[in-house]
Amino acid sequence: MKKLINNPENAVNEMLEGFVKAYPQYVKRLEDLNVIVRSNPKTGKVALVSGGGSGHEPAHAGYVGEGMLDAAVAGEVFTSPTPDQVYEAIKAVDNGKGVLLIIKNYTGDIMNFEMASDMAKDEGIEVEQVVVNDDVAVEDSTYTTGRRGIAGTIFVHKIAGAKAEMGGSLQEVKNVAEKVIKNVKSMGMALTSCTLPAVGKPSFTLGDNEMEIGIGIHGEPGTHRDEIKPADEIVDELLNKIFDNLKLDSGDEVAVMVNGMGATPLMELNIANSRINDVIVNKGIKIVRTYIGNYMTSLDMAGFSITLLKLDDELKELLLYKSNTPALVQF
Amino acid sequence: MEKTVYSYIKAMRDIIVENKDFLTQLDAEIGDADHGTNMARGFNAVVEKLSEEDLDLKNVLKKAGMGLISSVGGASGPLYGTMFLKAANVAVDNTMDPNVLCQMFKAALDGVKERGKATKGEKTIIDAMEPAYEAFVEVIDSGGSVQQALEKALEAAKEGVEYTKTIIATKGRASYLGERSIGHQDPGATSFTLLLESILKNYMK
Repeated sequence: MKKLINNPENAVNEMLEGFVKAYPQYVKRLEDLNVIVRSNPKTGKVALVSGGGSGHEPAHAGYVGEGMLDAAVAGEVFTSPTPDQVYEAIKAVDNGKGVLLIIKNYTGDIMNFEMASDMAKDEGIEVEQVVVNDDVAVEDSTYTTGRRGIAGTIFVHKIAGAKAEMGGSLQEVKNVAEKVIKNVKSMGMALTSCTLPAVGKPSFTLGDNEMEIGIGIHGEPGTHRDEIKPADEIVDELLNKIFDNLKLDSGDEVAVMVNGMGATPLMELNIANSRINDVIVNKGIKIVRTYIGNYMTSLDMAGFSITLLKLDDELKELLLYKSNTPALVQF
Repeated sequence: MEKTVYSYIKAMRDIIVENKDFLTQLDAEIGDADHGTNMARGFNAVVEKLSEEDLDLKNVLKKAGMGLISSVGGASGPLYGTMFLKAANVAVDNTMDPNVLCQMFKAALDGVKERGKATKGEKTIIDAMEPAYEAFVEVIDSGGSVQQALEKALEAAKEGVEYTKTIIATKGRASYLGERSIGHQDPGATSFTLLLESILKNYMK
């Protein structure tokens, strides 16, 4: 394993230190905790708290700031943060208007955030939660834990964040977050696996001519393995699966996210986007805005995911609302 | 009780640390490759917080549960933490009375099932824990010794681990794999079985 680290056990801590040293204008770290909050918090609004395992940078700390999150809690690599940490985040950002937890649909994340939520409610803090499950690679049935939360989570941060910034109530912010969740679908693929600092070897191995379709964001194996194909064919496969799960008609409007998994050159993401754009436009669907880059990564994995968010007037207005955070600046 | 509860917690820590890479490897096959790392970090933190002087069963189990919840993370933290906390709730002083042990085991099992919203047959820790509990109670109820009960429980847990190889995961991260999860044993069922093994070994020491 070759990594730019000092000690695997201290990786998360050192990453957070480097992050807050880079962006003091945006964020600070709560003492002795893996919790990042705004350095200039806005009061009198609903507070948004998200978080999850580390290794997905810039998620989630990169989205702490105006128009998005109020706090992000970082767990160990690919490991949900613990309830005490989430609880401290809730306490730190609540200013009487209530707190919305944005959780990705993983067994561990839900258990830890719910325990934290119970602790905060015992103290009289109003807490609501939404669970993001945008990954269409996974079948959604009563016999599974349901779909994973992946890059679509950023649209939830963005839109719920805008609603909160504009003065929405806790219920209103929660409602709009749930509307995003209903209308956002993603699907990803990997060209290479990824290596956890504490493990030292790749989570799975792929041959030179192989790719893994339907991966999540934790180096977990995908739904199936296939021979590598040209970018356009891969895009079509992922998009078709998304279209199967998101009803879109000519005249509809969408936001598109082409998300790199950490080690994918922007060149390749742009190549993929060229095809994505063509396919969508050919269906008579209007693209309101495209986001290309590393938004929700999986350490050093090469690969990407496509996310489509179907917009209505409300979602569109909130999507285009300004945000000013380390990882997403939009005016 | 000849051996301190602390010695049991330490034995658990040792067996988890010894098998850290093995557990992580199992998790890499069907999950996210961190089970061994997380469990080792958690049990190390717990042992660090305790000392030889901590003799009160209830108190030590409670400290262990809280320690696991605040240091393991993932799904294992709340699940194993709950297991210890629930057992602590029904522990009576320092009694190792077999019937009290049965009640502690039951409380722990119910706690894990409730926290994880899982039942047997979903390729989780329950597949080792529930048969182990049933075997333990059966031996105690028919007048067997604690050692015999632990031996039977371990046997049942190991069979449970083997059983997880044959089924599709429907809970936890492995459930995303669907049929691809068949053939792999569940890391959580495995770590539970290791803990049971460490308890038996320490008991017999």
